[in-house]
Amino acid sequence: MQGEDSRPIKVEVKNLTKRFGDLLVLDDMSFNIRKGEFVCVVGPTGCGKSTFLNCLTRIHMPSEGDLFIDGVPADPRKHNISFVFQEPSALPWLTVEDNIAYGLKIKRLPQEEIKARVDQILDLMGLQESRKSYPGELSVSGEQRIIIGRSFAMKPDLLLMDEPYGQMDVKMRFYLEDEVVRLWKELGSTVIFITHNIEEAVYLAEKVMILTNKPAKIKEEVMIDLPRPRDITDPKFIEYRNYITDKIKWW
Amino acid sequence: MERLEKRMEVKDLTKTFFNKKGYFTAIEDVSLDVYDGEFLVILGPGRCGKTVLLNILSGLDEQTGGTVIYNGKEWKGINPEIGMVFQKLALMPFKTVIENVELALKFRSMEKQKRREISRYYIDLVGLKGFEDYYPKQLSGGMQQRVGIARAYAADPKLLIMDEPFGKLDAQTRYQMQEDLLKIWEKEKRTIIFVTNNIEEACYLGDRIILLSDCPAKVKAVYPIEMPRPRDMVSKEFLDLRTVISDNTDLSI
Repeated sequence: MQGEDSRPIKVEVKNLTKRFGDLLVLDDMSFNIRKGEFVCVVGPTGCGKSTFLNCLTRIHMPSEGDLFIDGVPADPRKHNISFVFQEPSALPWLTVEDNIAYGLKIKRLPQEEIKARVDQILDLMGLQESRKSYPGELSVSGEQRIIIGRSFAMKPDLLLMDEPYGQMDVKMRFYLEDEVVRLWKELGSTVIFITHNIEEAVYLAEKVMILTNKPAKIKEEVMIDLPRPRDITDPKFIEYRNYITDKIKWW
Repeated sequence: MERLEKRMEVKDLTKTFFNKKGYFTAIEDVSLDVYDGEFLVILGPGRCGKTVLLNILSGLDEQTGGTVIYNGKEWKGINPEIGMVFQKLALMPFKTVIENVELALKFRSMEKQKRREISRYYIDLVGLKGFEDYYPKQLSGGMQQRVGIARAYAADPKLLIMDEPFGKLDAQTRYQMQEDLLKIWEKEKRTIIFVTNNIEEACYLGDRIILLSDCPAKVKAVYPIEMPRPRDMVSKEFLDLRTVISDNTDLSI
């Protein structure tokens, strides 16, 4: 993003703190995310990234602080927060199209709207051919793509992704990363994407949030000012990658 | 790199699985040489038949065509000179670290004091000193994989086969394990066949990379790597090699 970002603030996290007994895991984290922004979160292994995500989705309740969406405390009855887990989590008894429609049905959207959205997602991902297949008939990457489609179909206020491409080979990863960027641009979703992989973060993000070691705090926010599609061999790309690596390197 | 003796030669290896409905060829006419003391990386996309190939090389499975020549002689069945490190660890959950590491030696009826001494040496080497009496589940994923590596080394194999040993680790722990593995390899020279689907990892570790195609696996290309170690993962040379290999890799959606 060049210059001042004029997009309104979508998500506000204020003084987020999480303790398990005496163990402080998240230490007073505050940040804002603009509407339609793509944010990657990186941090050293074991720094509390999963706890961080779980607090944002409210799988855990924060010990202090809170999450606001459009200025209101986040509430699953009012807001859509979608989550893509590391391990594929498609419902095995539903076809691809029914998996994508699943959340929309729970939210009781009108039939035509559900159909339109499912078609749009299938088109964007080139999954029309597999719409009647079951997850078990697809590869692991295929299954992960259904989940990603399902999450985007919700037009979520906030989409959280927890290292969805961790174990895939590099070629597949770049293919899927390009796909995520395409979905994000087309649908204008607000995305928080967590990863251990700094190259992936620099490839995807508009903004990279770097966390410290446990207890996690926000160490720095880095804006990635590179055109897309990005080139991993571009010296500027490598500069960003090295800069972020230096901030978290422990290995 | 000066050419050393061939530790293993693989000629026209093919594996076809048959069932009632028909057949499925996992690997087809794979030929490759493994030189003594080299770090050979076998690189292939997800689910391309890499594990089937390894299982044949180590004698855990039988080929339907072709030959495996080990030290100049055709070999069939389990080869006691080959050690394995598995992706899924295969540690005994009910045994401590040191009991896991000494297992092969115990089965060879080595006396306790001697096998403990050897096991301690390799536990030290992989950086787990002090954890000898822990059980696998008390350790992190990276530490568990270190136990697997120590166990494989303790059995004193001439050829070590590693099947995506870091596949389940996060990107950062992976970097650390890669560095440590090279240190161990330089200290205790063994021939290693290392299998991975990660191009960056392949370029960082290997003396040579053998690139396999998508299923059925065939040898697509062989890349010797001349860069000195430790290699800089963001140098131009390194990234260029990655790009060349990536462009030549099949995408399996």
